[in-house]
Amino acid sequence: MTVQIKPILSALRRHKAGTFLIAMQIALTLAIVCNALFIIQQRLAHLSEPTGLDEPDIFVVQNEWVGQANAEQVDAKMREDVSVLRALPGVQDATTSNSYPLRGGGWDDGIKLTPDQLQDTSGAAIYFGDDHFIETLGIKLIAGRNFRAEEITSMNVRDRLSPPVVIVTKALADKLFPGGDAVGKTIYLVGGPTTIVGVVQLLQSQSVDRWAAAFAYRSVIVPKRLAISLGGWYIVRARPGQLDAVMRAAPKALFEHNPRRVINDDDGVLSFSEVRSRAYERDRGMAILMGVICVVLLAITAAGIVGLTSFWVGQRRKQIGVRRALGATRQDILQYFMTENFLISCGGVVVGTLLAVAINLWLVTRFEMHRLSLVYVLVGVVILLLLGQGAVLAPAMRASRVPPVEATRSV
Amino acid sequence: MFSYYLDLALRSLRRNRVLTALMVLAIALGIGASMTTLTVLHVLSGDPLPGSSGTLFYPQIDPRDMDGYEPDKEPPRQVTWTDGQNLMRAKRGDRQALMTGGAVPVQPAQSSVEPFYSDARYTTSDFFPMFKVPFLYGHGWSASDDESKARVVVITRTLNDKLFGGKDSTGQTLRMKDLAFQVIGVLDTWRPNPHFYDVYMGNYAAAEDVFVPLSTSRDAHFDHNGSTDCWGTGGGDQEHAETSPCVWLQFWVQLDSAAKVAAYKEFLVHYSQDQKSLGRFERPPNVRLPDLMAWLDINKVVPGDVRLQTWLAFGFLLVCLVNTVGLMLAKFLRRAGELGVRRALGASKREVFAQLLVESGVIGLAGAIGGLLLAFLGLWLVRLQPSSYASLAHLDLKMLLITFVLAIGSTLLAGLLPAWRACQITPALQLKSQ
Repeated sequence: MTVQIKPILSALRRHKAGTFLIAMQIALTLAIVCNALFIIQQRLAHLSEPTGLDEPDIFVVQNEWVGQANAEQVDAKMREDVSVLRALPGVQDATTSNSYPLRGGGWDDGIKLTPDQLQDTSGAAIYFGDDHFIETLGIKLIAGRNFRAEEITSMNVRDRLSPPVVIVTKALADKLFPGGDAVGKTIYLVGGPTTIVGVVQLLQSQSVDRWAAAFAYRSVIVPKRLAISLGGWYIVRARPGQLDAVMRAAPKALFEHNPRRVINDDDGVLSFSEVRSRAYERDRGMAILMGVICVVLLAITAAGIVGLTSFWVGQRRKQIGVRRALGATRQDILQYFMTENFLISCGGVVVGTLLAVAINLWLVTRFEMHRLSLVYVLVGVVILLLLGQGAVLAPAMRASRVPPVEATRSV
Repeated sequence: MFSYYLDLALRSLRRNRVLTALMVLAIALGIGASMTTLTVLHVLSGDPLPGSSGTLFYPQIDPRDMDGYEPDKEPPRQVTWTDGQNLMRAKRGDRQALMTGGAVPVQPAQSSVEPFYSDARYTTSDFFPMFKVPFLYGHGWSASDDESKARVVVITRTLNDKLFGGKDSTGQTLRMKDLAFQVIGVLDTWRPNPHFYDVYMGNYAAAEDVFVPLSTSRDAHFDHNGSTDCWGTGGGDQEHAETSPCVWLQFWVQLDSAAKVAAYKEFLVHYSQDQKSLGRFERPPNVRLPDLMAWLDINKVVPGDVRLQTWLAFGFLLVCLVNTVGLMLAKFLRRAGELGVRRALGASKREVFAQLLVESGVIGLAGAIGGLLLAFLGLWLVRLQPSSYASLAHLDLKMLLITFVLAIGSTLLAGLLPAWRACQITPALQLKSQ
């Protein structure tokens, strides 16, 4: 069984337009599909980044106050609320903060190593937390110590941020002190110097948008309660399996304790899995859309190949009959069309590879994307070659069934 | 002649239904995807104030200290309280407005409605005429209300419906944060897209429900929402936001002629110099004066994902068209015999060509209708998404026309090559083999 490349090539030369169109379609499809696959992979990788939290057991309550109150009154009310929450059955721990990971926005600050430094050493997300913060979020302290109860103070939204001590994430500690000895060191926040007393393993930023990517896991926990009348967030960690019950009980208990508050019906109480799906809905939507486009595109390309090959088979019935009469087996005919398609597809994927890289380079400049890894091109090439062979199979089988007697017919 | 060609086209299309369906489907999918994404892009990149956006400008000055200074870096995108007040008082524009966003607890008089938080805009009197805000009842406040920190409020139609059952509520009292405000105006439906005057409150957010004078909001200790960017010794709590080195307000100015724009830019440079010699500013004057549309560009309000999707959809359309060209080629060439007979009977190449183009036009039309249905479906799916702009995605008349032009035009273009190839058939050769 020798592959009859030469006669195929000369046959193709007589169908320049059709050959060119199939190759073009394969090239364009390859270029789009491998870029789309690449985008899908990036989005999926993005949305599976860990927060560092004990997510299944955590929920957050957004509480807003009604009426005039000064910072001290708000702080007192917040402390009462937190003890109400901690006393609920099924609650492991509760804390209050200005924000939480994946919320979509929040406070960030530049961190400096010396007071007279002009450029910040790093940006960092700022989390307000008390001595229960680490336990409630389920994050892991890997060096130093937790805050002591007496270190926690109250702060208004635009007070200068200058706590005497802070806890930082490992990512920030490594950036600031690559030697790994961050505990006990002094760093500078916008309001002045502070000492690192502890390091936690992992705590993601408040936003997963591109602007926050520069300091994605660099966070600072300050021993403060943010006392503003607009309210803040209560973060609650339920005991395993008790999340639903506690989520229902918590707002009820808060309203019973003090009705002068607003907890929004839609998103006032959110489980962390809801927080996660809200944070990443755009990425997920984009990945799904790209996936659908890929599938439809491949289907259309396959349909196009089937259509044109069927036409060719119909056109060459007599030719095929002659070959069969001259002793070609059905296998030979099948192989002929498969090889023909393979050659056209090869031409297509070569052009398509160049096109895919060109499109990616353009995307890199316009949409801040990463460079396309060649693995995706390779995957795309294999997919399209297989698709071509699969699509050509039916018309080729039909061709192989052309009886030798066809040679004697006049049409 | 056209109706005869049309008849021929329909007959031929009916003869090979699978191939026809495949072509129509490919075009419909391509057009549907392109029109869905194009409509979303069109809606998002629209002019929020057609006709007057060219006269609205967003002055930017740089009041920061030398920390992190780089020459020609973009100045902050908001202003400090002091600069905002100074620029307001200078009155160098035809109109000017200083504003910021916030949220206030609304305490309805009816006990049946629970207190709730409403997004609010704290602004100055020119806001309403400058942005051509339509009123259903009443009017905005005056400059003297700004001066006197009047307890007045303008609400939207939505809030008026919720609190006052849609009746004219001017003169009524609205309680917010335990204080009484007099309703002096109710806005008619108003939703500028994008939410251009304050991009920090969500690019495609609906207008706030409550509008109060900026001075009043400070007096009533209303909470500020949105971006606050501080430097140097930063801080100063909410109570001292007026004196703190933080930018947290948006300042807009209306300038009705090119000469005034140039003069205003001069004024901003002079102002920066003056402030520097006073010791307030440390950096050399660095001013910008983008107009409304340029401002939207600077803030990249159209999401990159939406642009990317549009490009993707057009790539998709291109593949669909290449596919259609191939299928049409197969279809036309298969009819070589029939075309040969027509040629032999005296039809000119031109006539055969015209006939085949009519056929591709019919395919295009069918594709357009299918594409339109798919676009409606696509936009409906977009509207189900939770993003802030989702509810805006509707097909308008212009996009409807574009759908048909694009579908039929691109299909005709796709038909050119197959039709031309089919015309080249030698009549004699075809007749011989019959």
